[in-house]
Amino acid sequence: MFKNEKTLHMKTICFYFQIHQPFRLKRYRFFDIGTEHYYYDDFNNESILQRVATSSFLPANQTILEMIEANKGKFKVAFSISGTALDQLEIHAPEVIDSFCQLAKTNCVEFLSETYAHSLCSLKDQDEFRVQVALHSKRIESLFGKKPRVFRNTELIYSDELGDMVADLGYKTILTEGAKHVLGWKSPNFVYQSATNPNVKLLLKNSKLSDDITFRFSDHQWNEYPLTADKFIDWIDNIPENEQLINLFMNYETFGNLQSKESGIFEFLKALPHFAEQKGITFSTPSEVAAKLKPVEPLSIPYLISWADEERDLSAWLGNTLQEEAFDKLYSLGERVRMIKDRRIQQDWLYLQSSDHFFYMSTKRASDGAVHQHFSPYDTPFEAFTNYMNVLSDFIKRVYAQFPSSVDNEELNSLLTTIQNQEEKISKLESELKTTRSRKAKA
Amino acid sequence: MKALMFGWEFPPHILGGLGTASYGLTKGMSLQKDLEISFVIPKPHGDEDQSFLKIIGACYTPVVWRDVAPEKLKERFNSSMSPDEYYALRDHIYADFRYLYTNDLGCIEFSGRYPDNLLEEINNYSICAGVIARKEQFDVIHSHDWLTYPAGIHAKNVSGKPLVIHVHATDFDRSRGKVNPQVYSIEKNGMDHADHIICVSDLTRDTVIHKYNQSPAKVTTVHNAVDPVSKDIENIAPIRNTGDKIVTFLGRITMQKGPEYFVEAAAKVLEKTKHVQFVMAGSGDMTEAMIHLAAKRGISDRFHFTGFLKGKQVYEMLKSSDVYIMPSVSEPFGISPLEAMQVGVPTIISKQSGCAEILNNAIKIDYWDIEAMADAIYSIITYPAMYNFLKTEGKSEVDEIKWEYAGQKVRNIYDYVCGR
Repeated sequence: MFKNEKTLHMKTICFYFQIHQPFRLKRYRFFDIGTEHYYYDDFNNESILQRVATSSFLPANQTILEMIEANKGKFKVAFSISGTALDQLEIHAPEVIDSFCQLAKTNCVEFLSETYAHSLCSLKDQDEFRVQVALHSKRIESLFGKKPRVFRNTELIYSDELGDMVADLGYKTILTEGAKHVLGWKSPNFVYQSATNPNVKLLLKNSKLSDDITFRFSDHQWNEYPLTADKFIDWIDNIPENEQLINLFMNYETFGNLQSKESGIFEFLKALPHFAEQKGITFSTPSEVAAKLKPVEPLSIPYLISWADEERDLSAWLGNTLQEEAFDKLYSLGERVRMIKDRRIQQDWLYLQSSDHFFYMSTKRASDGAVHQHFSPYDTPFEAFTNYMNVLSDFIKRVYAQFPSSVDNEELNSLLTTIQNQEEKISKLESELKTTRSRKAKA
Repeated sequence: MKALMFGWEFPPHILGGLGTASYGLTKGMSLQKDLEISFVIPKPHGDEDQSFLKIIGACYTPVVWRDVAPEKLKERFNSSMSPDEYYALRDHIYADFRYLYTNDLGCIEFSGRYPDNLLEEINNYSICAGVIARKEQFDVIHSHDWLTYPAGIHAKNVSGKPLVIHVHATDFDRSRGKVNPQVYSIEKNGMDHADHIICVSDLTRDTVIHKYNQSPAKVTTVHNAVDPVSKDIENIAPIRNTGDKIVTFLGRITMQKGPEYFVEAAAKVLEKTKHVQFVMAGSGDMTEAMIHLAAKRGISDRFHFTGFLKGKQVYEMLKSSDVYIMPSVSEPFGISPLEAMQVGVPTIISKQSGCAEILNNAIKIDYWDIEAMADAIYSIITYPAMYNFLKTEGKSEVDEIKWEYAGQKVRNIYDYVCGR
C-alpha cells in the first residue's frame, strides 16, 4: 500500500524545446514592388542559422544524445521544430537535421506538431491552419519516422476555441502557457482538461522554473545565482507531494545561445538526471505524461493566451494598428492563394506568415521592448512594417496576376472545380480509349 | 529665486526657433511659484506677453545720462517700461559712453534682428547688460545663445552671480562645419565663463564637449518641448483641393536643412506613384537651386514652392499635409516636427536632429539616405495603418512633451549652481 502510494506520487519533468527560425526579409523598397520577387535576406538568415547551429543546436543535441545513452533511456525530451526552421536547416546546416534523426532513433525523443510557418493562422484562417498543421505533420513524419501526436501552437497561443479546433484535427494533448491570470491560485504542475472538450488534456508551462533556466541562469544580479543542478532539483523536490508534473518549456537556443556555453549551461543540463534520480524524479515526454496522468479538473481559457512578454497575451504580435493591418491584409489572401498551384507562391505564402514579421512591428516599450529589439533585424517597428508591407504588396500583385482579378473567389473556385472535373473525365475517357484500342488490336 | 535672462527674440516678433524656445521655456518655468524672471531683449515691441515675466528692453536702457521728463518717457515707452524704471537704470550708468551713438534718451538703438553689423549690436547689448546687472537684484544669470553670451559674462563679472548659458545651436550646426572664427570665439568664451551649460540635445552636448573643449560634468541636456496649440489653430480647417497626398518640407531652404535630399526623394516617389504632391515652404539661399533641381528631375508639375510662410499660414500648410518631413543635415533640436505632430501630421525626421532623441512615433532616417526617405514617404501615403498610427500616437506623444518639465530641469540646474 505504502509503496503504491509512493509511485503514485512520483514527480516527473517534462522538457519541451522550441526551435524556430523565420525567413527574415531583405530590405525591400517600394520601387522594388512589381519588379523584384525574391524577398529573403539570405546572408542574414544563413549567418544567424549557422551561428545558432554551431553554438546551440549541435552541441545541445550532442549533450542530449549522450545523456540519453548515459541514463539508459531514462532521460527524455520533446522538440517542436517549425517548418521554416527545417527548411533553413536543410539548406544551411543539414548536419543538424541528421543529429535530430539520430535523437529520434533513441525513442526517448518526441516531436510535436505545430503550424508549418510558426504562424498565427490559428487566429484568423481555420482552413489555413488545417493545411499548415497537416503539412508540418507530414514533414516531421517523413524526417523522423513518426507522426506527431501532441500539438503545440505557435508561441503556446491557446484558448478554449482554439483547443476545439485542434481537437477536430485529432489531437488529444496540447501544450500551453501556465499564465497566472488564467490559473489564479491553481498550480501548473497538474494535467488539466479543456473546459469545452473533456477529451483534450492540457500541459501547462511552469513559468518560474522554465524562466529560471532560460532568462536567469547566468544573471549575476539574481539572488539565486549561481543556479546548480542539485539546487534546481531540490526546488522541484520541495514542490508539494501531490504536484507531480513539472513542465519545463523553453526555446532551444537557451542552450549555448541565450545562455552561453561558458555560463555552464550544458554542464547544468548534463547533471540534472543524476540529481533527479537521487530524489526519485523521472523524465517524460508529453505523450507519456498524457497517458500516465489523469487530468485533475477542467480549465477554462476563454481568452487567448501565449508565453510572450509580461502580459502573456497576443499584444506582442497584434498589439497595435500596424500589426493588425498587416495581419488582415495577409489573411485576406488565404482563400485565393489556396487555389493557386504555383509552388513559389505557395512557398512565399508560408514564409510571409511567420509570426516573427509581426513581432518586429511591436511598438511596446519598457522591459519587453528590449526583447523585441533584441530579435528584430530592424531599427524601428516602422521600418519593419514598411518593409513587410512593400513585400506583401508585391506578393498580392503576383497572387492576383494568377487569375483575372475580376473573377471573385467563389466563381474562381467553381471554375477550377469544373476544370478539375473535366480533366478527370478526360483522363478517364483516355484510359478507356486505350483499353478499347488494345482490345481491338488483340482481336 | 530670481533669474536674469538674456535673449534675442521673444514672440510675437520672432525670426527663428530661438524666440519660440525662449517663450516656451520661460512660460513653463513661470509655473514655479517661487521663481521670478526678468527677460532682456534688444528691442521689445510692446505687444509681448508680460503676464508671467518682466521684459527689459536694451533699447530703453540708458547708457548716457540725459535729463528727460517723465511725461516724455511715458509717451515714448508706451507700456514697454515705466519712467521710474528708466530713472533707476539711469542711476547705474557705469562708464562714459558718449563716444557711442545714442538717441535723445541716452539709449542705444537696436534692430533686434540679425543685421550685417551684428557683432557691433552684440557688443552694444553687452554694454546695456552692464547697466541692467548693476540695477537688478537676481540670483542667477541665464544667457540664450551666443549673441547674449557677452552680456551674460558682463553681468556675471559685475554681480558675481553664477552664469548659466543655454546652447540652442552652435556654429557647427549652422555652417556644416565651416565655422566663423569670430562666432566661435564668442561661443567658446561664453562656455568657458559659464558655471553651467544647458544644451537642447545630446547631439549639441557632444559638440559642446568635443569642439569647444568643455568638461562633460558642466554640460547638461535639457530637451526642448512644445506649447499646446491654441483654439484658433485647432479650428483651422485643412484645405484639400485634390485627392492627392501632400508631402511638406517647411523651414529655411538652406544647406543646414538638407532640402536637396527632399527633392531627390520626391523624384523617387514620383517614379512609382502619381497621386502625390510635394511642397517646399520657406525661403533661403538655396531656393533657386532647388527650383532648378526639381526641374532637372522633371517633377516641377508636382513639386511646389510657396515662399516664406508665417503665423497662421504655417498651420494651414501643416494641416493640409499628409506627411511632414525634416531632412536636416544637422539640427540642434528642431521644434517644427513637434508642431506638425501636434496637429496630427505623420512626421519623418533625420537621425541627425536633436528631437530624434526624444521622439518615438516619428520615422527616423539618415538625411543622406534618400531611398529610406522615399520609402518612408511611400509607406505613409500608401498604407493607412501607418498614417493613422503615426497620426494618433505621434500626437499623444508630443502632448506629453511639456515645457513645464523642461523648466523643472532648468530649475534644478539653478539650484545646483546657486549651491542650494
